[in-house]
Amino acid sequence: MRAVISVVGKDMVGILSKVSAICAANNVNIVEVTQSILQEFFCMIMVTDISKCTLPLTELADTMSELGEKEGLCIHVMHEDIFNSMHRI
Amino acid sequence: MINTGDILETIRMIQEEHLDIRTVTMGISLLDCAADNADRSCEKIYEKITRLAGRLVEVCEQISKEYGIPIINKRIALTPIAMVAAASGGDPVQYALTIDKACEELGIDFAGGYSALVEKGFAAGDERLIKSIPEALAKTKHICSSVNIGSTKTGINMDAVALMGSVIRQAAEKTAGQNCIGAAKLVVFCNAPQDNPFMAGAFHGPGEPDCVINVGVSGPGVVRCALEKIPDGDLTAVADMIKRTAFKITRVGQLVALEAARWLGVPFGIVDLSLAPTPAVGDSVAHILEEMGLEVCGTHGTTAALALLNDAVKKGGAMASSHVGGLSGAFIPVTEDAGMIAAAESGALTIEKLEAMTAVCSVGLDMIVVAGDTSAETLAAIIADEAAIGMVNHKTTAVRLIPAIGKNIGESLNFGGLLGGGPVMKLNSSSPARFIGRGGRIPAPLQSLKN
Repeated sequence: MRAVISVVGKDMVGILSKVSAICAANNVNIVEVTQSILQEFFCMIMVTDISKCTLPLTELADTMSELGEKEGLCIHVMHEDIFNSMHRI
Repeated sequence: MINTGDILETIRMIQEEHLDIRTVTMGISLLDCAADNADRSCEKIYEKITRLAGRLVEVCEQISKEYGIPIINKRIALTPIAMVAAASGGDPVQYALTIDKACEELGIDFAGGYSALVEKGFAAGDERLIKSIPEALAKTKHICSSVNIGSTKTGINMDAVALMGSVIRQAAEKTAGQNCIGAAKLVVFCNAPQDNPFMAGAFHGPGEPDCVINVGVSGPGVVRCALEKIPDGDLTAVADMIKRTAFKITRVGQLVALEAARWLGVPFGIVDLSLAPTPAVGDSVAHILEEMGLEVCGTHGTTAALALLNDAVKKGGAMASSHVGGLSGAFIPVTEDAGMIAAAESGALTIEKLEAMTAVCSVGLDMIVVAGDTSAETLAAIIADEAAIGMVNHKTTAVRLIPAIGKNIGESLNFGGLLGGGPVMKLNSSSPARFIGRGGRIPAPLQSLKN
């Protein structure tokens, strides 16, 4: 089971490390990361394996969104099936 | 591997273009809640609703969080209460109060099914329920009511049409202090679908299973943004773009419907492929029509543009869901659509044009504010016109008019929230009273003889 973590916001030092620290603490394996910086905006998409995650997905989403609020970023955790449903036949 | 562009597209649709699941509606049969008296029947209804829908809100919130897609409303649709009240007796309003209490306790937004199906005539209990609608809507918060007065198979019950004209007036009068909200929770149908998840017309038809999950999607903003990308495309390109977008929107609805059904242990019913607007900026069906090239919704060309939109939404959506049902198409509720409100205020959108549009959209004259002194006969005649369009064209049509008690042309009514608000629209002032006063039935058209 995989989830997509998306992070959008103003670029700053340590974003990747803070998000991946939460992943590591909850046994979420990062499968793939893409990131880009458009002007001063940072956009990162992380595909993660949550099959061994120690938290329910909804709580992981809450934890990430708390981090987002604290850091002034927009962080969303979404089950990969929403993307598969929408873009795969 | 999921493509980054696809991920960003989905996120943008949700965050910026108002893609959401408008409603997860649990249909619940109350046929086994009949009893030898109303008190006992209400107990059984309360028990059944709280048992089956007890986790509805919690499950929807969890799904919403897991998939990152907002689910705006959690609703229930019930067996027409006229049937239950006919079997168990008592005052129909008692049933409404019971259901309202269950909704309050479970956090459910709306319950549909304070309904009667009278397209061919009144059975026991039907007339009593219809006459109690204004009181039931005034005394409850969550109850929605609908009455089916005609169908292609049966023709139009003009006695019921006449009665509904006066019931709509009374529903507005009884809630005059709350912006006449009663009339906004009451819809009159021709060819009512039995699995519609949208309010105010949702009810659980007698042919439905005991309990079922139906989902209504939304997303006019997504369609408009997609069309923005092809400002010079011809109308074939426009239709293709709408189909592709409707497909994506509906796939999300299908996913949520299947998940909700699985989590709740209830069969999946249908996805309703509807474009349901909200008064929020960027979530308007009228703006899609304007994006296609109309200066303002309501001008010449609007009916053609809406026909294209409605058909493309169905074609795209039908491929994306295993079971499609309900109303399925584009909604044109005037007060709930920022573009329609603006068009009506500017005078570009008139009741006559709206009536023409209902021949090609999925519902009918929806959420239209009319003057407070509009007679019951005029309201009935509008219902009759709309029902005739539905009857002859094998389609659902509906009427949800709000007589703004104490207000006239030039004034407006504001409900706030999803219901929005809008100006009082001008009607034809000549009287249809003698036609409505005749009563009887308009016979089923030749189109009904298909066997």
